[in-house]
Amino acid sequence: MKDFIIPAPMFSDRDMGTPASKSKTQVTLEIDGFEVTVPEGTSIMRAAAELGITVPKLCATDSIDAFGSCRLCLVEIEGRNGTPASCTTPVAPGIRVKTQTGKLKQLRKGVMELYISDHPLDCLTCGANGDCELQDMAGAVGLRDVRYEAEANHFLAKNTSGEANIDWLPKDDSNPYFSYDPSKCIVCNRCVRACEEVQGTFALTIEGRGFESRIHAGVKDDSFLASDCVSCGACVQACPTATLIEKSVLEIGTPDKSVVTTCAYCGVGCQFKAEMRGDELVRMVPYKHGKANRGHSCVKGRFAYGYASHKDRILNPMIRDSINDPWQEVSWTEAMDFAASRMKAIQEKYGRQSVGVITSSRCTNEETYLVQKLTRAVFQNNNTDTCARVCHSPTGYGLGQTFGTSAGTQDFDSVEAADVILVIGANPHSGHPVFASRMKKRLRKGAKLIVVDPRRTESVEGPHYRAKHHLALKPGTNVAVVTALAHVIVTEGLYNEEFIRTRCDWDEFQDYMEFVADPRHSPEAIEMLTGVPAAEVRGAARLYATGGNAAIYYGLGVTEHSQGSTTVIGIANLAMLTGNIGRPGVGVNPLRGQNNVQGSCDMGSFPHELPGYRHVKNPEVRAIYETLWDVKIDPEPGLRIPNMLDAAVEGTFKGLYCQGEDILQSDPDTHHVASGLAAMECVIVHDLFLNETANYAHVFFPGSSFLEKDGTFTNAERRINMVRKVMAPKQGYADWEITQMFANRMLEDQGRAKWGYTHPAQIMEEIAMTTPSFAGVSYEKIETMGSVQWPVNDKAPEGTPLVHVDGFVRGKGKFIRTEYVATDEKTGPKFPLLLTTGRILSQYNVGAQTRRTDNTAWHPEDLLEIHPHDAENRGIRNGDWVRLASRAGVTSLRADITDKVSPGVVYTTFHHPDTQANVITTDFSDWATNCPEYKVTAVQVSPSNGPSDWQEEYNAQATLSRRILPAAE
Amino acid sequence: MQTDGINPKISRMANQIAMFMESKPEAEGIEGLSSHINDFWEPRMRRQFFQLIDAGGEGLRPLVIKASEKIRRPDPA
Ligand code: SF4
Ligand code: SF4
Ligand code: SF4
Ligand code: FES
Repeated sequence: MKDFIIPAPMFSDRDMGTPASKSKTQVTLEIDGFEVTVPEGTSIMRAAAELGITVPKLCATDSIDAFGSCRLCLVEIEGRNGTPASCTTPVAPGIRVKTQTGKLKQLRKGVMELYISDHPLDCLTCGANGDCELQDMAGAVGLRDVRYEAEANHFLAKNTSGEANIDWLPKDDSNPYFSYDPSKCIVCNRCVRACEEVQGTFALTIEGRGFESRIHAGVKDDSFLASDCVSCGACVQACPTATLIEKSVLEIGTPDKSVVTTCAYCGVGCQFKAEMRGDELVRMVPYKHGKANRGHSCVKGRFAYGYASHKDRILNPMIRDSINDPWQEVSWTEAMDFAASRMKAIQEKYGRQSVGVITSSRCTNEETYLVQKLTRAVFQNNNTDTCARVCHSPTGYGLGQTFGTSAGTQDFDSVEAADVILVIGANPHSGHPVFASRMKKRLRKGAKLIVVDPRRTESVEGPHYRAKHHLALKPGTNVAVVTALAHVIVTEGLYNEEFIRTRCDWDEFQDYMEFVADPRHSPEAIEMLTGVPAAEVRGAARLYATGGNAAIYYGLGVTEHSQGSTTVIGIANLAMLTGNIGRPGVGVNPLRGQNNVQGSCDMGSFPHELPGYRHVKNPEVRAIYETLWDVKIDPEPGLRIPNMLDAAVEGTFKGLYCQGEDILQSDPDTHHVASGLAAMECVIVHDLFLNETANYAHVFFPGSSFLEKDGTFTNAERRINMVRKVMAPKQGYADWEITQMFANRMLEDQGRAKWGYTHPAQIMEEIAMTTPSFAGVSYEKIETMGSVQWPVNDKAPEGTPLVHVDGFVRGKGKFIRTEYVATDEKTGPKFPLLLTTGRILSQYNVGAQTRRTDNTAWHPEDLLEIHPHDAENRGIRNGDWVRLASRAGVTSLRADITDKVSPGVVYTTFHHPDTQANVITTDFSDWATNCPEYKVTAVQVSPSNGPSDWQEEYNAQATLSRRILPAAE
Repeated sequence: MQTDGINPKISRMANQIAMFMESKPEAEGIEGLSSHINDFWEPRMRRQFFQLIDAGGEGLRPLVIKASEKIRRPDPA
């Protein structure tokens, strides 16, 4: 594509041919008479590219190591024999290189002639027309005719006499997003290397030699879909021809401009180029200068954007008097009038505290800021919460207590310097795929892996790596295991005394040491409880403490427990004990679920905190907002989501504005959530689709997708990434405009001044002005730097990739005792198994988006994983419908018999509303933050015939509730 | 004093916090528990909490009872 990129790139997007060298030593040489200085180890090809000289090439591209097979990139070096390939030949001091000589021109033409003689010449109708490197190279070498006709070829299905060509292979269209047309393949091996080096899946192989060689996905007769391929798209991007090509390009044509934006799926925060033709999105291509993803992507961000134009999307505002009525489409003004008058009436009747908001970790920072501002400045209470509550609130608490800041300590680049990687309660392979690829790359280079997870997840072993230790603990015993790791480190004297003396509070350490050294925390003492062999715990502790740079990555398997906060504290203790904090390659890194979990927490979504994690009890913080917003801020903490629901059932909470979240599906104990919602008098749902929560709503504000608005997302590295509008909102307004319209409608009734934002940049200005850690953030800075990691202020005007470098944010690091307390959720005769939940790669969260894309090819339904032993006892066969019951509820789904789970443990995902795994989960929660205990529920599994009564009733109610009457004209 | 109608979660949650705080020296535990509830529990929850305390605090762990003196009583609803 002849790139027109928005914003005008700071760095060239050009393919430099081979990856950059990281060497600090510089080498100077001469190419075509020009002098150039590059790091040692750079290829001649790349050095030439630095000078703006493009040496013709086919098998090289800068995302993967050079291979040297196409022989097109030949150069001559003065004083050396022959014509070496510039992609595989490194620079040397003082050499003089020629890239364009008579001899080279002749050789290149010959090479191209060979390629073209075995390639169809249907360029005009080819999907890659205008975006094909083979075409470009034919032009670059001045190929004007092909003198020989190949006797055998790969591209004609039949020979001239009409017989089938045995060398021809049909197209493989099994992948929903890209096609593979072997007849166009030049066997450059780029796809194979991309799958190995960039993605780490090793799904592709080259079979045969010479003329016989062919690319295969998986074993011989596999298709792409049936193979190990995870559809990340790296091979498609690497392919220089139309052999591997996005189906959307085949359908639409080549794009004419691209806009750099950020993926709206997960907390990795990959940057993409949204490639457009007019206002039609042609494809999403991972952006090479995206600092979180460095040019890589996963199937969700790369391909699963079709939900934004799905037919289920609601494009008109709707209202109804009662949830038993059908929806009535209305104008935006009517919807605002209706919603504002209901909320006003509720507050008049039931008091100021009777309404609140839920902000979204999928929306932008600016939108989230406005929603919490709505409750604080317009409703005048602190009843705001976010779905981050249900995933990472213990991270905020635990890291806040120990380190003084509630965020991860590193950037993703840091993993490249890690020697030991400890993954606790996370499955990056599925949840954070692009980070996983970067981690696996490091593991293939020899870093050691330790995994703490009840399940043998896809992250435990993969091509060319395997965890040294997999601590397959019983769900709910994280604290015991983490404390035992610390016990080994302390009692075997493996701790870093110097670090602790200088960086932490020594007295607190003494106290902690006395606590963990107690034999009841030893691996042997907890073996019965956790099910993890003591030797494994000891081995893991020794490796973590002594294996070099050790980094911890953890996920929801840590936080979503009744002792979630305690485990986070335990993790922080481990890092402090061993001095693994404050430099590249180490640290404590929460892997965030949704794209803007970090941002929604930063923006003051929690009921006790104003933006920037400042408690509402502090008068000096309140004063900042009171002056700016001309309102009195309530000094008491407001209601959290579970409190809102409890208060609703009690009859004191009556109105809710819920943006971009589906609490009915994502929150635990569905029955309780449903009765809370049903007890409210005005539920406003602001979303793309009629989600499950909307079954209980009275007002529906249709939302805009991330392609339709400007703003920022903050990823798990604290990195603020730009989201850019690439098309106009299909329903007329960006989400921040809708919140503002609603706020203004209410402010009008209150006779107060209205909000007047005309662009999200102004909202960011207000955030920067009021929040010290964002003081230096502006759209301008993000535009010029590409992204920036908070804190950004006078001390760190360019942002902060690593925190706690010279000292902890809170001053001295604080060791805190971590006593293991068994959860109240215990197995017994009625519910003998432990259910734990998770997710898979192709689906996202409650699935509202991914279910509306072709990603369903990989995950059409939620399955219950059960160990063969438990299945046999119950007479369950693979694929049978089973009944899954807990004390909270019953649901049905199909069984998947596997030894990935241990006996006594079952596992499922929660991507599909029909399954409603949260009917089963209970209302137990983390002691400090009320983050629900999703990861442990005592259950029973038995054979069943199909969906439970409840599922059928629920579906009937949902269908009824989703009826829409067209607008009355 | 009436204690029906009080959400049973209130005492469970208070006890859960207590169990974490009990591993600290007592004064620190009392401080930790009371400031945790002051910082995170909205007035409605604290009101229900005091209903339990005023009714004798049955089922609450001793540390909760001790810490209750340092917990802010909210204004009556
Ligand atoms: S899409 Fe990704 S996983 Fe699949 S073959 Fe290509 S590089 Fe490998
Ligand atoms: S499929 Fe594309 S990248 Fe792979 S070998 Fe063939 S031409 Fe090269
Ligand atoms: S890893 Fe996450 S941010 Fe990156 S493309 Fe996939 S879903 Fe999007
Ligand atoms: S680009 Fe160097 S050999 Fe192919």
